[in-house]
Amino acid sequence: MDLNTIWFILISILFIGYFFLEGFDFGVGILLPFVSRDDTDRRVVINSVGPFWDGNEVWLITAGGAIFAAFPHWYATLFSGFYLPLFLILIALILRAVGFEFRSKIEAPRWRRMCDQFLFWGSFIPAFLWGVAFANFVRGVPIGADMNYAGGFWNLLNPYALLGGLTSLSVFTLHGAVFLCLRTEGEVRERAHGIAARLWGPAAVILIAFAAYGYVATDFHQQMGVVPGTMPLLAICSYIAILVFLRMERDGWAFIATSLTILFGAVVVFEGLFPRVLLSSLDPAWHLTIYNASSSPLTLKVMLGVALLFVPIILGYQGWSYYVFRQRLTRESIPEHALNRHGQGEKT
Amino acid sequence: MMDALSLARWQFGITTVYHFIFVPLTLGLSMLVAIMQSFYYRTGKDLYKEMTLFWGKLFVILFTLGVVTGIVQEFQFGMNWSGYSRFVGDIFGIPLAIEALTAFFVESTFLGLWLFGWTRLPKAVHLACIWLVALASSLSSVWILLANAWMQVPVGYVLRNGRAELQDLVAILLNERALVQIPHTILAGFVTGGLFVLGISAWNLLHKHRADLFARSAQIALVFTAVASLAVATTGHTQAQETVATQPMKLAAMEGLWETEGPASMSLFALHDRENMSSIREFRMPYVLSILAHNNLTGEVKGMKELQAEMEAAHGPGDYVPPVAIVYWSFRLMVGLGVFFILLSLRGLWNWWAGKLETRTGYLRVASLALFLPFAANTAGWMVSELGRQPWMVYGLLKTVDGVSPVVGPGTLWISMAGFTVIYGLLAALGFSLVYKFARPARAGEPPRTMAHLDGTHAY
Repeated sequence: MDLNTIWFILISILFIGYFFLEGFDFGVGILLPFVSRDDTDRRVVINSVGPFWDGNEVWLITAGGAIFAAFPHWYATLFSGFYLPLFLILIALILRAVGFEFRSKIEAPRWRRMCDQFLFWGSFIPAFLWGVAFANFVRGVPIGADMNYAGGFWNLLNPYALLGGLTSLSVFTLHGAVFLCLRTEGEVRERAHGIAARLWGPAAVILIAFAAYGYVATDFHQQMGVVPGTMPLLAICSYIAILVFLRMERDGWAFIATSLTILFGAVVVFEGLFPRVLLSSLDPAWHLTIYNASSSPLTLKVMLGVALLFVPIILGYQGWSYYVFRQRLTRESIPEHALNRHGQGEKT
Repeated sequence: MMDALSLARWQFGITTVYHFIFVPLTLGLSMLVAIMQSFYYRTGKDLYKEMTLFWGKLFVILFTLGVVTGIVQEFQFGMNWSGYSRFVGDIFGIPLAIEALTAFFVESTFLGLWLFGWTRLPKAVHLACIWLVALASSLSSVWILLANAWMQVPVGYVLRNGRAELQDLVAILLNERALVQIPHTILAGFVTGGLFVLGISAWNLLHKHRADLFARSAQIALVFTAVASLAVATTGHTQAQETVATQPMKLAAMEGLWETEGPASMSLFALHDRENMSSIREFRMPYVLSILAHNNLTGEVKGMKELQAEMEAAHGPGDYVPPVAIVYWSFRLMVGLGVFFILLSLRGLWNWWAGKLETRTGYLRVASLALFLPFAANTAGWMVSELGRQPWMVYGLLKTVDGVSPVVGPGTLWISMAGFTVIYGLLAALGFSLVYKFARPARAGEPPRTMAHLDGTHAY
């Protein structure tokens, strides 16, 4: 295996880690208005990802930095070409962070409601747009001989990409619902469980439609053969397993199943891309690949060493932080005095 | 109507200067919170725990603003500067990716653990969490400054395939510019954090609010700031000397020096006529620049006219003189404020030694207002460094005009510019009002501020 391939795999891992982790953050944010009845409920939901969301977001920052270092042309073409969607994602992530960090710092109900909007849209928009972006990667966008994006904003919003957006949106929402089942107790858990069970069917329809459309709109069948192989099969099995475990009320296993669905689904997408990273719809000769978009071998080698050293350490302490906060949250875990000002206990 | 290049530059300037309000502040503040919690760990006194919680709360507000504005930075190079990204990715991407792997993950994960972990973690482990946050913040600036130093003084590269490719990693890690600019910038962050704690403490002391808590906070901040501000000056001097050798044009602009001089005089005041390459109403002190630049009385310092000719000979015709007036005055503002910070912290230490820290209201008034000044000094320093490099993006290798994204038009840039400006403006108002809300002294009739939930249970 050459260095370029290893780096393609490493960046796939970073994105898969991002979608697995931020996937449930996004899902939790999207479900916030639907699983809570009062402010305490909403705080239970928000705190279910409270200690984690920022660390999860770093997977995206790292993926961005790694693409810059390993495949500078991919970085340059992608972010200058997908400019406005990325801009929207950035704005959404900013508002989401404000919603998390500052919501409980101001008591006014109007402010809290505004933060709930930030959390919802700040989760909804990226959850949708990442699907749009990846569908466009595999479908191909107008890229010229100079490696620059030659299309406009509307090129990115084609039907296939929009369906991709719906797919990621529904899978992340399902993932978030199952995560809430795992992290909470009582009514919030019941509601999240109900939503997960009801969402499974419609999401399956979207997934099937996206897969079928992909068969027509992309060159996946050439890439992967008529019998697509084990990864799609594993994705389907894990998706079915979600429903089985939801019915059995086995939250932990259901969460593993949604996680594996995201993992195998993303692997299928990256398999379909390989060895390309961004397809040109104008001329196959102008595809960006792991070879023409890459850094020098020395840079790839240096960064490989750094990644092999630090990624296991990161997995270690991030895993530990999940272990520290493994207890399920209840309405009782929300302290009444979170905002004690001037010595007076305030209900928040 | 501005063109895409100007818009992209303005956008980078606005987003970066804004981001750079919070970064130095949280660099210093995280250290101070870690120090305060260490006092708590050693003494077990509730006062220190309260102190940690109080400043920790302000730290988290400001850290959040640094994080959200930092995400934009990670992607902005690709969005607005794709030409640059293609040219430098091989080298510039390395520190950026390492920064995420070694610093951002540590900061974000351990901040979560620290914030929510007061009751869940053993005391020593919990203390280690805030120290990891503080050290990772400084480590992150090491990597980003290594990247910036390479733009100032490119080393360890070879021009191949139309871009700068990595040749010698060690040369990049030991870039002399980085070695002087990293301590200078981090220490400036410590001064920023120190004066923030000092200023808010002074404000509360002025109103005789929680004198126990804020006098002790001020004392810790004073020691911290005095050491850091002296070190900032020393490292700044070293950096200027290094600039004479590696970026003579920047130094000449900092000094408004048009003609080569040896012995060189230092300008105290000047109005610049950039078009005619001369200064009007100038006051210069003989020999001083030679001393500053070379530590002797006769050393020659090249002027911008000669350097312009040299640049033209090497890189073809063009205007290689940076915007002199901004660089010249930013430099003076930065140095002037730096000296003021040293005097302010030394004076505070003197007051403390004399037992009058809480009673000298004149000093407290000045100190409480001085908390805003480091931001001016930091921004001025950034302007000297980045505008003094113009017209180059990578000094001597890539011009700013060649770095901009060719496919991003003014319309798109106006949208993102408007979007970021509005959001950042709202964030500023929000951040300011939150800091004000949690930092202000209790008003007459209000009970004094306590962190009554001393168990530290935290929830959003």
